[in-house]
Amino acid sequence: MLALALPALLVILLLIVLPVGWLAWQSVYHDGFTLENYRRIWSEDIYWRSFALTFQISLLVTLLALLLGYPIAYAASVAPKRWGIVILALVVLPFWTSVLVRAYAWLALLQRTGVINQVLRQLGVIDEPLALVHNTFGTVVATLHILLPFMVLPLYATMQQIPRDLMQAGASLGAGPMLAFWRIFLPLSLPGVLAGSTLVFVLTLGFYITPELLGGGRTIMISMLVSRNVELYDQWGAASAVGVVLLVAVGLIFFAVSRFIPLDRVLGQK
Amino acid sequence: MMIASLCRRALLGVSLSALATLSSLPASADQITFVSQGGAYQKAQTVAILDPSAKKLGITINQDSIPDAWPAVKSQVASGKPTWDVVDMPTGNCLRGGEQGVVEKLDFAKLPNAAAMPEAYRSAYSVTYEFYSSVLAFSRKKFPDAAPSSWADFWDVKKFPGRRALRNHPFATLEAALMADGVAPDKLYPLDVDRAFRKLEEIKPNITVWWTSGAQSAQLLNDGEVDMVMAWNGRVSALMGEGAKVGFTFNQGILQSTSLCILKGAPNLATAERFVNEAVDPVHQANLPLHIDYGPANPKAFDTGVIKPERVAQLPSAPDNASKQALMSYAWWSSPAGEAAEKRWVSFMQK
Repeated sequence: MLALALPALLVILLLIVLPVGWLAWQSVYHDGFTLENYRRIWSEDIYWRSFALTFQISLLVTLLALLLGYPIAYAASVAPKRWGIVILALVVLPFWTSVLVRAYAWLALLQRTGVINQVLRQLGVIDEPLALVHNTFGTVVATLHILLPFMVLPLYATMQQIPRDLMQAGASLGAGPMLAFWRIFLPLSLPGVLAGSTLVFVLTLGFYITPELLGGGRTIMISMLVSRNVELYDQWGAASAVGVVLLVAVGLIFFAVSRFIPLDRVLGQK
Repeated sequence: MMIASLCRRALLGVSLSALATLSSLPASADQITFVSQGGAYQKAQTVAILDPSAKKLGITINQDSIPDAWPAVKSQVASGKPTWDVVDMPTGNCLRGGEQGVVEKLDFAKLPNAAAMPEAYRSAYSVTYEFYSSVLAFSRKKFPDAAPSSWADFWDVKKFPGRRALRNHPFATLEAALMADGVAPDKLYPLDVDRAFRKLEEIKPNITVWWTSGAQSAQLLNDGEVDMVMAWNGRVSALMGEGAKVGFTFNQGILQSTSLCILKGAPNLATAERFVNEAVDPVHQANLPLHIDYGPANPKAFDTGVIKPERVAQLPSAPDNASKQALMSYAWWSSPAGEAAEKRWVSFMQK
């Protein structure tokens, strides 16, 4: 049994354990053992601000993804099979397009002379173009679009497994559609909600391209601090330390989530 | 995501050096590996400088390219067996490399072409290779008559209402702020960092975008997302060449450069020195602006007659244009004060 698993374990060791270990090592070792990199994160304001901003944006994106994703997943799971597939395809197709392309597409849509502002101006809704991009708003919109499938797919998977008989049973006992949804469907779909939310939240934490391209330079998320650290301190230790802190934060989130539902569920299996 | 990007950087370094090793397999006696930033720029210098130099010296020049050579230079030298010889990178990196012992000290007795260049254009570790400039560019649609022509104009939001963009980096931005505040271009260094940031606070509410890539700066201006921007002259003239209604001024531009330097322990040191001397030969240097909008580093290039007068007028390092500009002091930027100013930038952006 172990012999069979050995190649896989080796791959994990080579591709995950070693690089992450190396990352952790260089965050504390530079011509000798040092906690300087962590001291800097602890004592300098910029890190606190970026961590706070990153968590706020992650939370916002997660909530919006849930609000948008839940009805989509619900529609896909209750619609006739053919339509369900069409809905899912519409969610998944953009997923296969490069993140970079989608970020630039949002730029073309949202900027001052972009499609949305042009249309609104021609309709006479606005006189001055709205500031839709080069700020936190633009970052959130594009990140949300890119991460929506990570919310919809686990939700859909969970909802599909909810037996429809339960709703009928509820109805036969006198519950209206709203009440049946509220008391039966919603609670049963919660594992999917948690799974999708965890995925979206954790992925947003590490996002780089959208804040870099659409944030106007002011939306400095943690991933951007990592690259700034390489440039500024001219050693990877400083950047590694930020990476390690983020990794530990993500680890803690997964740990917390795993106390409510099994982790394999979060990752979409079963 | 960022772990991946760090690993990618590490892997890139490894694979690049593997490539370099492979490409140097058909070993001839006199050869070097030259590294630049790729793209249109490296193509232009291949035609203008590298191929003619190789021919004249009878050597083989293997090429490699990487957008940011600095981390790879450091790790190559740290490994004890560098595969690169000569690197074209921002002058500040060459100076920093000299201080940190990853770049060879140059013997100017062996570099007569470089020794004849102005002293400000070289250091103990580097020879300036080409010039570009951070200039004030503007939309001609927005300013058809009186266009902004100084950093004071850029800061004057009453006289020149409009949206603005600056580079998300302290290089040239602090210099521009000080000139806007009345400091003369030749009296900038050492930079009064406090004063520069105070001046930047003034304009900050009017900055729509802090750009991070050269392509972005051009796109912002071209799309009308901003009306004026600090941008690299080559990016703006490329837009003008495509017929965009934009313009720029060299007045109070900040003249910046990349330099050539040689890796510490370079495998072909002697040949590398011969090449560096040849690369700043006035005629080769004069060839460069025939292929790309960058200026020659060797002022003697302008005496060769290779560059036509109308072309000379467009080049950042042409004597008439250079005299209107500030020459960036990479020595200051790589000093402790300069590094502190760079670190201060992130917190300035966050507030």
